[in-house]
Amino acid sequence: MRLEVSELACVRAGRPVFAGLSFALDKGEGLLVRGANGAGKSSLLRILAGLDEAQSGKALIGEERLSARASHYVAHSDAVKPAMTVAEHLRFFSQLLGAPDNSEERLAAALAALDLAALHDTPARYLSAGQKRRLALTRLLLARRTLWLLDEPTATLDSSSLHRFETIIAAHRAEGGMVIATTHEALAIPGALSLTLAAP
Amino acid sequence: MTAALLALFRRDLLLAARSGGVSLTGALFFLVLCGIIPFAIGPDQKLLSRLAPAILWIGVLLASLLGLDRLFHADEEDGTLDLLMASPAPLTAVVMVKCLAHWLTTGLPLILITPLLAILLGLDWQYLPRLLLTLCIGTPALTCLGSIGAALTLSLRRGGLVLAVIILPLALPLLIFAVAAASADGTGNSARAPLLLLAAVALVILAFAPFVSAAALRLTRN
Repeated sequence: MRLEVSELACVRAGRPVFAGLSFALDKGEGLLVRGANGAGKSSLLRILAGLDEAQSGKALIGEERLSARASHYVAHSDAVKPAMTVAEHLRFFSQLLGAPDNSEERLAAALAALDLAALHDTPARYLSAGQKRRLALTRLLLARRTLWLLDEPTATLDSSSLHRFETIIAAHRAEGGMVIATTHEALAIPGALSLTLAAP
Repeated sequence: MTAALLALFRRDLLLAARSGGVSLTGALFFLVLCGIIPFAIGPDQKLLSRLAPAILWIGVLLASLLGLDRLFHADEEDGTLDLLMASPAPLTAVVMVKCLAHWLTTGLPLILITPLLAILLGLDWQYLPRLLLTLCIGTPALTCLGSIGAALTLSLRRGGLVLAVIILPLALPLLIFAVAAASADGTGNSARAPLLLLAAVALVILAFAPFVSAAALRLTRN
């Protein structure tokens, strides 16, 4: 499995954001996307996630075009509903994303991996921003997908959660997964490639 | 895929149940509307009972428009819509499931309180079963039709009114045939044709609207 992006161009509101963007990612590799505000980091991730259309160019994973079903996309909005408990979110995420195994043990393991086990029955309206983000990140563990697209995943995480999350990313890469992250913070992805988008 | 759709269905019902009665706003509006109309029309019982099917249908039409702008908007705001796109279930099926859950939580209550309001408007009892039948056929189609408007107005901050302007003209065939069927004379023979036409229009809407909504969703997201 190899991700190949060639000559990708993006236009937002009639204004070119980036053009001629090409890179490739082999399994197990990570990519950190950097750039100033408005350089198109989030736009790039949304295109790779199959949520927005690129102006031109293509992105292939293996032989297939990238679609929303091929990757995990975690962004600023956590897709967390205030009225639902942490456990209800987990079950919903797992079933919605088509995880083959929705057993309690598997959900509990994902909760424990992000240190949310104590909040099992807490409605999400009582969660802090960092806890909500961790709840959103459980999706990565619930359904196996090779490519992870993370838009500022660590913006609200404290240092111990950050460390925990770095371990999760390392484990994913060890299993042959790919990670593309945008970040301003010190998210350590050892040996990650770097891509800097110039401000338009 | 079925598991994903079932999970979405259960979640939508759960959210409606925990919304603190927000999904019943439409029913409340319906109640108020039908409550004040007799005051406007005056003490002419005969006139009121003859107008009752039309009043009830207009009430249902307007009430079902009320909650529709939230159909996709709530999920768009918090990023859940991106997640729905990432589900193995096709977007058209996702739209169908959301419409079904929305109808159960907003459309069905309208039908359930209709007999009460029919008394309020002095509707002749023999007309009631047929009126309820037209509502059972027509309201799911109204919800599906509304999902197109909800998808098209997704990027607008206050899309509710635009949604009404888009949807009301399209809902006219439903309204015409439903009221014709519901207020046809007691023998029931003259009700047959409008009832069948209502069912035909409703089926066409039910069959096509989810595809149109899904396409509109993809379009407005870009």
